[in-house]
Amino acid sequence: MATIDYPLDRPEPIAPEFSFSETLYNWVATVDHKRLGLMYVVSALFFLVVAGIMASVIRLQLAVPNNHVVGPDTFNRLFTMHGTTMVFLVGMPMVAGFSNYLVPLMIGARDMAFPRLNAFGFWIFLLGGFLLYFSYIGGGGLSGAGSAPDVGWFAYAPLTSKAFSRGAATDYWALGVLVSGVGSIASAINVIATAFCLRCPGMTLSRMPMFVWVMVVDSWIILVALPPLSAAQIMLELDRNLGANFFDTQAGGSAVLWQHLFWIFGHPEVYILIFPAFAILSEVIPIFSRKPLFGRPAMVGAVVAIGFISLGVWAHHMFAIGMTSWSNTFFAASSMLVGVPTGIKIFNWTATMYGGKLRMRTPLLFCIAFLLQFLVAGLTGIMLAVAPFDWQLHDSYFVVAHFHFTLIGGLVFGLFAGMYYWFPKVSGKMLSETLGKWHFWLFCIGFNMTFITLHFAGLLGMPRRIYTYYPGRGWDTLNLVASLGVIPQAAGLLCFVWNIVRSSLRGAPAGDDPWDGWTLEWATPSPPPEYNFEKLPVVRSSRPLWDLKHPQDPDWKFE
Amino acid sequence: MFTYALNALLQVQVPGITERRITDIFKPLATPGEAERQAAFLTLAITGAIFIVVGGLIIYTVWRFRRRADDDSRQEPPQVYGSNQIEAAWTIIPILIVFVLIGVSARVIASVQNASPPPKALKIRLIGHQWWWEVQYPDYGIVTANEIHVPATPDGKNATYLELTSVDVIHSFWIPQLAGKMDLIPNRTNYMWIDPREPGVYVGNCAEYCGTQHANMLLRVIAQAPQDFKTWTLGQQQPAGNDAQASGAKAMFNSLACVNCHLVRGTPSVGKFGPDLTHLMSRQTIGAGVLVNDAKNLRAWVNDPQEAKPGCFMPSMKLTDHELDEVVSYLQSLK
Amino acid sequence: MAEDTVITADALQMERTWTLPDRGTVGVIFLIITETVLFSMFVAAYLIYIGKSLTAPFPKDVLERPYFASICLFSSSATIVFAEHALKKSKLGIFKLWWLVTILLGGYFLFATGTEWHKLIYEDHLTISTNLFGTTFYSLVGLHASHVIVGLIFLLIVFVTTMLGFPIHTQERRVKFLSWYWHFVDAVWVVVFTVVYIIGLKS
Repeated sequence: MATIDYPLDRPEPIAPEFSFSETLYNWVATVDHKRLGLMYVVSALFFLVVAGIMASVIRLQLAVPNNHVVGPDTFNRLFTMHGTTMVFLVGMPMVAGFSNYLVPLMIGARDMAFPRLNAFGFWIFLLGGFLLYFSYIGGGGLSGAGSAPDVGWFAYAPLTSKAFSRGAATDYWALGVLVSGVGSIASAINVIATAFCLRCPGMTLSRMPMFVWVMVVDSWIILVALPPLSAAQIMLELDRNLGANFFDTQAGGSAVLWQHLFWIFGHPEVYILIFPAFAILSEVIPIFSRKPLFGRPAMVGAVVAIGFISLGVWAHHMFAIGMTSWSNTFFAASSMLVGVPTGIKIFNWTATMYGGKLRMRTPLLFCIAFLLQFLVAGLTGIMLAVAPFDWQLHDSYFVVAHFHFTLIGGLVFGLFAGMYYWFPKVSGKMLSETLGKWHFWLFCIGFNMTFITLHFAGLLGMPRRIYTYYPGRGWDTLNLVASLGVIPQAAGLLCFVWNIVRSSLRGAPAGDDPWDGWTLEWATPSPPPEYNFEKLPVVRSSRPLWDLKHPQDPDWKFE
Repeated sequence: MFTYALNALLQVQVPGITERRITDIFKPLATPGEAERQAAFLTLAITGAIFIVVGGLIIYTVWRFRRRADDDSRQEPPQVYGSNQIEAAWTIIPILIVFVLIGVSARVIASVQNASPPPKALKIRLIGHQWWWEVQYPDYGIVTANEIHVPATPDGKNATYLELTSVDVIHSFWIPQLAGKMDLIPNRTNYMWIDPREPGVYVGNCAEYCGTQHANMLLRVIAQAPQDFKTWTLGQQQPAGNDAQASGAKAMFNSLACVNCHLVRGTPSVGKFGPDLTHLMSRQTIGAGVLVNDAKNLRAWVNDPQEAKPGCFMPSMKLTDHELDEVVSYLQSLK
Repeated sequence: MAEDTVITADALQMERTWTLPDRGTVGVIFLIITETVLFSMFVAAYLIYIGKSLTAPFPKDVLERPYFASICLFSSSATIVFAEHALKKSKLGIFKLWWLVTILLGGYFLFATGTEWHKLIYEDHLTISTNLFGTTFYSLVGLHASHVIVGLIFLLIVFVTTMLGFPIHTQERRVKFLSWYWHFVDAVWVVVFTVVYIIGLKS
């Protein structure tokens, strides 16, 4: 037994003492994947709170008809900044953060393939966020019109042209998104190179943890889906600042070109965003069910299938632009087909729980809520893919409810599961289970209150992005309930923040392996040392720690 | 700061005509909307069944396999790695379901999109502006704004065909009870058709974000019995009202900047930027649906449009009380 | 514990023979993939807008096929391979020579693009804002030219440091990546040439 040498008990390393400025320097100049991963996640959480506050103001404004909390301009800026922030400054850094922290640990590596590129990626992402928010100060430009951008997060041309969007706000928007996109591409190349080139001995691709698999495919989608967005932003900036005519309908340009470029990026983007949740569930559900992931090859196959099919479904965002009936049918068909591998994933997670012994801890609760909510999101997605149904639902509150079900009910719940699961590894302290349960129930109830309701507003003809509406159209009660749902959600988030703060300071010590885990990150101390592993592990199956803990019944005999 | 006293009046029911304000997409009153509803109900039935089966399975699994208090935590459950038969089953069954839905979609897409207009169908050209709708009836030589008069057609034989385009940014035409959306895109013409079964006012909103006042770009389709529709077209074809009593007011109107943006047919007022005012008083609302068109609202609107519709392109002209009285009395003569 | 000894031997064997792809290779390949997607969007925009310009000048009036510059760029792909081979055989002098030729060929290509643009702007009055042709032409050709410039800068860094005595033979791997990038820039020109100077020329 001597060869599989990653002892679970070892002496605590002595933490060196640093002054404040040294600590600051160490964090700013770091190329350590764990610190960068943490900085990604912490900045993402910061932006989550900022954009969450924006969402609360939006809901406050819409709580009752004819409301005047904010005027139309402010409202339009709020939803633009909310959407852009959530997608580019919360979702994307969460992808990068989780994969940065965990991929090297899970494949038994000492760092990412390109540590300096990694640091570059993080700082350029932060610069992108800074550029976007600088629009509040500098967005007026020389003309003095406006502050933050108010073009919506998908910024349809020609609303973004100089004629309809004066000042510099839209330029800050385009540059912020472009620059943070460079960071995402850097981080994606890094994840792929790390997973391909730095796996520890014995870890073949078929033994690579599911989390890493999902993140590799996610990075692949980033690499092929982000350049169209960059291209669109470059064209937009050429239009706005050099007088080019890409989206100038007066010069014969096409307003639809922007939509194609944007959604060639935009639809894969929603898979980019949801994949970290897939990755997290594929680790958390098996551990808390005490069973291996059901149908691992099928799960890998489904992820790869999504990675390719999702590139061919973009025009389902454009059923109302008057495409030919053939194009509409094609994109309806491809959009429904992408539901099949997604369904396979839900089935396999359920089958993983089936026959297990479910430990009802906070991470698993978030996963179960994910499964039900993501099921709803998937099914409303099928409804939106049925083009004739979509002609009614498109750009209504039904769509708003649908994608919040995927991104909050799916992604955010998955991220919370991941944070409760890996927090002990990152900090060496356990999170409070009581506060965790409060967080879960408050957030789950509030979320469903807000977003189940909004589906019905959409079915009653309420379009999205309106800053006010008139009484008597059947939307009043629905909107009020939806707005009240903000309160439990905010309370839940407060529980979470308090839990993090309290547990970091005086949580119970976690030890190396609090959840009785099976992947390599649980074989190093919590928090892991800078070099991750004293001796690089050698693995023989996809559950190396299971093999170690069950020498009589190891996995490698069955794989 | 804006004062919002006016808003209590917004969207008050216009007397004398059924206004369908609850725009439930599942209660369509026209053929395209009905075809879409049928596709929607089939989709809802299928997805609803999937939700019950899969959701039920998830809940059952969670309940049945939760760890009991008396459980021996050292004993791991049987380690099951997967099953090819089961994987195949839950791959193939969803694919079959998807093919059913693709078939349904294709059929409804074709039936709505590929319907060809009968030769005598009413044609309307709808042009989107920030933030109002210009409505042209090329066969009748009528131009109006924000309210689309069409004949109701209980037997569905007198469908109205719409050509949609825009002069600035993208807008979208959406009357939920008549049909799904179709975008109005600059430098592109889209087509759609509606055939309201019952007379009445069908309301809707612009459904593509188009800037500051997107929320107040409201739409009204006024379906009338064929006889009433005919009367309406005859009225609209008349030149602008030339009330002798309003001649002073008319002179006042023509001396102000109003004429730069608005058209009143047969007068020096030939602007094109704003809505055509030739038969302003035949319309139910002002400002693309933000105010009921009555004397008090008209005066308030002309005085300062930014109060009811902040950000719209019609500025407050800072008229004196006298000028305001004259302009409003002239506008009221445009029946 | 016979089984354990089997594992032990097996694991030791695994540790010794475990090889994985080079991280630089993987990184550069995926960088090139993502760049390819970026270029294809501009190519698509060019193709979509062929013949859609509302005002003159049109390609058929003002564009000339840059045969000589293209031949120069394509042959620079060969010369950089010669340089690489020389470096592998540690023939530093030959390496420097072929490397310089590569730089000169790339430099001439850039110069030719510059002259073409000068003529288009000052004689034909075609700028990026003139019409859709100008917009798509300058952005596509300009995106390619910017990649040529980046490539030339890296080539120059290698050349200058080598002339100053830097032991370039220690950096064979990175020279190889640079050469891949240069091939990529050439391959893009094949597409740009076809799209701009063959398919779009007659419109």
